[in-house]
This record gives sequence, C-alpha cells and structure tokens, in this order.
Amino acid sequence: MVTYVSNIFYHIGRYYSLIARAFSKPEKNYVFRKRIFEEIDNLGIGSLAIVLIMSVFMGAVITIQAAFGFTSPWIPPYAIGVATRDSMMLEFSPTLVSLILAGKVGSNIASEIGTMRVSEQIDALEIMGVNSSTHLILPKIIASVLINPFLIVISMFAGIIGGWGFGVLTHVVTPYGYLYGIQYDFRTYNVVYALIKAAVFAFIISSVPAYHGYYTKGGALEVGQSSTKAVVYSSLLILLFNFILTQLLLA
Amino acid sequence: MIEVRNISKSFGEKQVLKNVSLVAEQGKTTLVIGASGSGKTVLMKCIVGLEEVNSGGIFYNERNFSEMNTKQRKGIRKEMGMLFQGAALFDSQSVEENVAFPLSMFTNMTEEEKTERVNFCLKKVNLENSNKLHPSELSGGMKKRVGIARAISLSPKYLFCDEPNSGLDPLTSHVIDDLIKEITQELNITTIVNTHDMNSVMNIGDKVIFIYKGEKWWEGNSATILHADNKEVLEFVGTAKMLKELRK
Ligand SMILES: Nc1ncnc2c1ncn2[C@@H]1O[C@H](COP(=O)(O)OP(=O)(O)O)[C@@H](O)[C@H]1O
Ligand SMILES: [Mg+2]
Repeated sequence: MVTYVSNIFYHIGRYYSLIARAFSKPEKNYVFRKRIFEEIDNLGIGSLAIVLIMSVFMGAVITIQAAFGFTSPWIPPYAIGVATRDSMMLEFSPTLVSLILAGKVGSNIASEIGTMRVSEQIDALEIMGVNSSTHLILPKIIASVLINPFLIVISMFAGIIGGWGFGVLTHVVTPYGYLYGIQYDFRTYNVVYALIKAAVFAFIISSVPAYHGYYTKGGALEVGQSSTKAVVYSSLLILLFNFILTQLLLA
Repeated sequence: MIEVRNISKSFGEKQVLKNVSLVAEQGKTTLVIGASGSGKTVLMKCIVGLEEVNSGGIFYNERNFSEMNTKQRKGIRKEMGMLFQGAALFDSQSVEENVAFPLSMFTNMTEEEKTERVNFCLKKVNLENSNKLHPSELSGGMKKRVGIARAISLSPKYLFCDEPNSGLDPLTSHVIDDLIKEITQELNITTIVNTHDMNSVMNIGDKVIFIYKGEKWWEGNSATILHADNKEVLEFVGTAKMLKELRK
C-alpha cells in the first residue's frame, strides 16, 4: 500500500516535470508552427469521421430510447427533442467522444513517442540541443486543446441531426415537435460547460499518453504496453475530471 | 579535445562505470572497445550528457561539461554530432529532411542554402539520389550514412558513433569506417567510436581504449593491441580467428 501510494506520487511528479518542461520557448517558431499544423491534421482531421459516425448513431439511439420511455400523456411530445439535445450536449459529446478519442488518439501518441524513445530518436533530438519535450509534446497538446472543442461541437450537431433524422424516419417524433424541443429552454451555459470539459479532456488525452510514451524503456513489446497504459489512465482521468468539473460547474 | 576524468556511473545498486578516464584528441578517432554489456554505450551517453555521471568530470576543450547548466550545455550540444546504434533517423521525415533538421533548428539558412548543405553532406557519405526516400525504405548501411550526414550537417567539433558497424556486412562496415576516418581528418573533428569489431580497430584505431566490466582495462592503438600484455585484451582480440592466424 505504501509503495503503491508513493508510486502514484512518483508518476505525478515525473508527469508534472515533463509537461512543465514542454511549456518552454520553442527553438524556431516556424518549425514549431509547422509541427502544430501537422498535429492538427493528424489528431483532429484524422478523428473527424469516427466522431461523426458515432454521434449520428448515438443521437438516433437516444431519440428512440426517449420516445420508448416517454409514454405518459403528461410528457409533451417535444420532450424527446429536449432529452436528445441535453444528453448529447452535457454528456455524450464531451465525455463519451473524448473517451473514444482517448483510445484512438491516446494509443497513437503513446506508440509514436514510445517508438521514438526506444529507437533513440528522442536522444538524437536531445544531443542536438533540441528540447524533445517541447518539440514533440507541446504541439500535440496545443493541437488537441484547439481542435477537440470543435470536434465536440460537430459531434453535438451530428447527434442532434441524427436523432431528428432517425426519429422522423421511425415515426417516433414529428419533424416540428423535435425541432421545437431542441430549442426549448436552451441554456448557453451548457455549451460553455461542455467546451470547458472538451478542453480539459483534450489536455489529458494528449499529455498523459505522451508521458507514457516518453518514459518507455525497452523495445516493441514495451511500446505496446505503454500504449495500453496510456489509454487506461487517460480514460480513468477523464472520468475523474468529468466528476470534478461537473461538481464545480453545474452543482 | 575531450577529456574524461575519473567518471563513475551506477544504475541503482548496479555500478556500470568505475573510475573511467580517457583523452580523445582533435583530428583523431578514439576507439572504445569491449564486449557487449561492458559499458561502452553508457560511457558514451555520459560523455554527451544523455546520462548524468555520479562522480568525475567531462571536459570539452577545458570546459567542464558536467558542471554546466542546461543553457550552457546547449552551446556545446550544437558542436556535437552523434551517430546512434540504430541510426535513430526521424521516421516521419525523408532523408533530406533528416539532414536538414539541425539546420532548420539552429541556423537561419534559406531553403537554397539548406539544400546545398544537405547535398554536400549526403555527397560526403556517398549517398546521392536518395533525398526523397524515407528511413523505412533504406538499407542498414544507408541509414548509417544518413545518420552520419545528419551528424555532420552543423559542422560539429565532436563526433560520437555508437557501434557504427553493428548489423552491417563486412564490406559496408569497411566503407562506414573509412567514412568516419576521412571525415574526422578532413574536418579536424574529435571523434569517439564505440565498437566490438576488430576490423574497425585495425582500420581506424588511432587510439584504442579497452573497457572491461565498466573499467578502463587497457589503452593503446591498432599496432600495439596485437601484442598487448593483458589477458582480457588478448582474449578479446584472439576471438577473431583471422587475427590469430595473423599473429602467428
Ligand atoms: N538505463 C539503464 N538502467 C539500468 N542498467 C543499464 C541501463 N543502461 C545500461 N545498463 C546496464 O549497463 C551495462 C552496460 O551496458 P551498455 O553500456 O549498453 O553495454 P555495451 O558495452 O554493450 O554498449 C549493461 O549491463 C546494462 O544492462
Ligand atoms: Mg552498446
């Protein structure tokens, strides 16, 4: 137990110093800008398709389930629209999409940086006098934190539109009832809440796997292990911070 | 000139280097030889600062590298080039991008100047017409050559090569050895090479340091090593059959 706790503090300390080192001034601004665009392309654009597909189907399922549950005559028909909108915006888009991205993007980052570590590419950067942490990790963090909120907004739209499309197709909602529902009692603050979550989760998804990759020791087998650990820990942290942020922002 | 004074290095309980000292002179190739696991790579990583030493000092032209802060070290790092055991080329970049990388990072060269310098370095290592290839498309020997080209692109004062011949056939090994020797003399660099290859010792051993279980066991050159008055050295040399014949 004691070693377990001290282990946690060891990792937190090492994570903190790595990420703190990442936030230093880049060597050459134009090289750094190029790196950010590479990562936006790699981490953001590369995830668009999966986010769209997932969101459309999840919106559809939420709509159909809501219609199935709301059988009482006291519940107005537009409530289905409200339910889909709120589930998508508050929880599904920011949290579930981030969890999926923790799997996709997280394993990608951990294995990329882990491979660079075990093949001595990180040593090669250091020996040149390049701060490997700033060069490799910071662009990933910046790209994620910039692009994740966009992905989340796209996911919200896709989910709500998916709910509408499938709901109308399966006759569980009327086209106008649903549209009335998604506008009913709309709170801008919920969008702010979702975007804050998206940005915090993006930081976790990029920095935690980067940490696991950066301190990989050994060979291909260990790179695989780092990548698995990266996904597990970033997912757990997302769930933990989901709880903390919800307490702070909504309670 | 690089001077290593009494350095020791442990990982936890395990002492890997014990009181090692050596001097590497400018324009010459200093070879560090020894069996696998004797501590050659750790010694090199300590010299370049990728590992911290537990005691002792490393001096680059009288400048104490061990006592420098990150910023001061960076100044010396720009004077270093290193060829890693697996070449350590950046996978995501082409050959020319790899060689141009230090130039983009540390100089204000224009694209034309960079291209010119890249082609010059690639020509030095006899690797022309491969500029656009990626590391995954290169053979082991080509990777090492690109590694050397990248290491010399900023005209380093100090060159480090960790097992430049490992995984190469004898012919390619010879070519790489010659390249290192030539570049060292021509550009007047201080070069340290790790190897366990006796062919390299005979080819480029201006000075030879033999490491045995983390200690400096013997020092000499390619001529004196065959008649070394040291059991472990002779064992190491003797395992090369050809040399056994030669000594008779
Ligand atoms: N980071 C490390 N942690 C613990 N032990 C290490 C580390 N790096 C090297 N060693 C140990 O140091 C010894 C020397 O290794 P090395 O310098 O790689 O040998 P070689 O002469 O083959 O290059 C080996 O026993 C190796 O296990
Ligand atoms: Mg080695």
